[in-house]
Amino acid sequence: MPIELKMPALSPTMEEGTLARWLKQEGDEIAPGDVLAEIETDKATMEFEAIDEGVLSKIVIAEGSENVKVGTVIALLDGEDAESPAAMAIPDGARDRPKGPAAVAGERQDAGSVDPDDAVTPAASAASRRDPAIPADTPMKNTTVREALRDAMAEEMRRDERVFIMGEEVAQYQGAYKVTQGLLDEFGPKRVIDTPITEYGFAGVGTGAAMGGLRPIVEFMTFNFAMQAIDHIVNSAAKTNYMSGGQMRCPVVFRGPNGAASRVAAQHSQNFAPWYASVPGLIVIAPYDAADAKGLLKAAIRCEDPVVFLENELVYGRNFEVPDLDDHVLPIGKARVVREGADVTIISYSIGVGFALEAAEMLAQEGIDSEVIDLRTLRPLDKGAVLDSLKKTNRLVIAEEGWPTCSIASEVVTICMEEGFDHLDAPVLRVCNEDVPLPYAANLEKLALIDADRIADAVRRVCYRKA
Amino acid sequence: MTQSPQRMPAEDPSVQPEDGFRLNMLQERFEADKQYQATADEMLEFYRQMLLIRRFEEKAGQLYGLGLIGGFCHLYIGQEAVAIGLQSALDSERDSVITGYRDHGHMLAYGIDPNVIMAELTGRQAGISKGKGGSMHMFSTEHKFYGGHGIVGAQVALGGGLALAHQYTGDGGLCLAYFGDGAANQGQVYETFNMAALWKLPIVFVVENNQYAMGTAVKRSSAETEFYRRGAAFRIPGMDVNGMDVLEVRQAAEIAFAHVRNGNGPVLMECNTYRYRGHSMSDPAKYRTREEVQDYREHKDPIEGLKRHLIEAGTTEDDLKGIDREIRSRIAEAADFAETSPEPDDAELYTDVLVGTY
Repeated sequence: MPIELKMPALSPTMEEGTLARWLKQEGDEIAPGDVLAEIETDKATMEFEAIDEGVLSKIVIAEGSENVKVGTVIALLDGEDAESPAAMAIPDGARDRPKGPAAVAGERQDAGSVDPDDAVTPAASAASRRDPAIPADTPMKNTTVREALRDAMAEEMRRDERVFIMGEEVAQYQGAYKVTQGLLDEFGPKRVIDTPITEYGFAGVGTGAAMGGLRPIVEFMTFNFAMQAIDHIVNSAAKTNYMSGGQMRCPVVFRGPNGAASRVAAQHSQNFAPWYASVPGLIVIAPYDAADAKGLLKAAIRCEDPVVFLENELVYGRNFEVPDLDDHVLPIGKARVVREGADVTIISYSIGVGFALEAAEMLAQEGIDSEVIDLRTLRPLDKGAVLDSLKKTNRLVIAEEGWPTCSIASEVVTICMEEGFDHLDAPVLRVCNEDVPLPYAANLEKLALIDADRIADAVRRVCYRKA
Repeated sequence: MTQSPQRMPAEDPSVQPEDGFRLNMLQERFEADKQYQATADEMLEFYRQMLLIRRFEEKAGQLYGLGLIGGFCHLYIGQEAVAIGLQSALDSERDSVITGYRDHGHMLAYGIDPNVIMAELTGRQAGISKGKGGSMHMFSTEHKFYGGHGIVGAQVALGGGLALAHQYTGDGGLCLAYFGDGAANQGQVYETFNMAALWKLPIVFVVENNQYAMGTAVKRSSAETEFYRRGAAFRIPGMDVNGMDVLEVRQAAEIAFAHVRNGNGPVLMECNTYRYRGHSMSDPAKYRTREEVQDYREHKDPIEGLKRHLIEAGTTEDDLKGIDREIRSRIAEAADFAETSPEPDDAELYTDVLVGTY
């Protein structure tokens, strides 16, 4: 039975081409690798090689033929091979490329049949997960955020031999910001690893170690330097579970300070939260106080998914009450009402929560009762907490120490528009940094960053109040 | 979990013991005898495996031409001896492998069912990644095969991490990390060399130098085209291997693996090879001559080369024809399976994004 030689698709997008020239004639002996013909596509002239051995028995499509559809039989080859391509004849309609997941999504959205909730399935169940109740007689310990983070890592390293930390100056120097202070002494150099200044490399090594079964904590001295490593965070860590059909786990934590510090100018002052929060496959956490920092970092280290854990240098030294429990672990994906109020909701995260609380105190003097919500986890984002509060107060402001464009603030506004519109008594406002690289000069830096005054102003506007 | 005795990375790094490093320290041993003394059965098995890759890839090329495989599809034809020579020397219980996007051959070298590999190429539910990874993103954690990575060079740093895990757990395994001559110019490769050498990680870096990074010849892209020398700055011994000869690759693997397993840190092995097909399926191949390709095919082909050894050793043409028939029929079955298997269910769109529920 002759082998049918068909017009090949020579690129992912080719649908038809020109059969420019036959280089073999009827009756010619063909060996694998022989060039049979030249085919022109819209991009290039390509050589069409024989795969099978045999005799070119018939040329079906003459040279010079244009617009030959992919899959058209162009020649016949008589071969000794019993198994021929004809045996895998294309089923009816097979020229339709198999429907990829993207095509499916597109169709479903066009049809308007998708509940937006379904699109972020993991987040949907978050509403049912609350912070564990802290027993009434639990002593509280005054702790800095810096110590809370260190304690979280130390506790998890005691609990699980697979947990280790790597990064620049994490061991002998005791941490560039002293977050890893004391860890080398307790756990030794095998588990507290000083790396060279080589972010792309060690982010990849950390990610690979997670794939290989360990539980790495990769510290970036600041997240500004993680831009050199973002490929591993996004392409290697976040996507592999999906691309492997669920085979490849990557339980790594990337952590370090994020956002503006103090007077370090544009390259060292940036909030990357919205960048990472846009990536499916990542968990993104950005706590504010010490109790959340500790409870969420412990949860992040235990998490089976890759986590980006964003800290803030300016908050490291602040003191907070942390429950003195043996194992203080908080749920990922759950916001927290840090101040209850009835008139307006202020949504924030990380250092912004401090400004929001300050603004709430100012506003209380004016008779405005603000509810302040700390998102804590940015992906998956606790939509339920945002919407529940909006339902109660009907007014909402988002405060974010970061640029406004394509921000977490933009995302919260979208949630309010799509799912909370009927509860809104005023437009949602966002208070973000100015849309400029952060300047060095003290006065300009102050102008560029959010503060409590600006948040209070926005709250007054959504409450239709004058200052 | 046991403590690893050998690595203490935070110890004073300024104290570099005189380790007698010479770039060619392993190469010299290799030059003394390059031919692996394979038994007749081993040789037949190498032949069978290389032929399986060859026929699989030819079929994948056909299915691509028929529109059953989409996107990018990078074939391994011509390079078979590299994966087979190296992976046949692995300890399958302990060692790990990672590579780039030209990964079909490395998977087949493990004896992974061709059906599930071909079904991944056609994007079907039965594919090894449920059809969600495709040609460039295939994994088998069962075999400690960690992909299948589409970003050029990324697998080298990830391989460093796999090696760190071997060392950390003290499981005695090593990581075999493949990359191409193109990836060899990525910065993270050298970041990884540095850490691997500094920490004496159990890793063999293998440059599959197939002479072209997409369409750019090594001479046009690389100031140092002898890639095995590129670890010298990190005190990594280099090996220069004919990647078209499976027995030579296997011999080199024996030497490199022994060095790494003895706690001496990484080895950089360059396997000089050649891909007969384009970089991917959509490659007009205008950057090299047909004569060059034909020369490799006719005079340096790894399968034909081993065939000569086999015939000298008494295997008959009929025996080999029998193997070829058997493999063709196995591949036909895989193609049929890949074509007739159902596509993933729509619900698979949302699965495997995250492991946990939050």
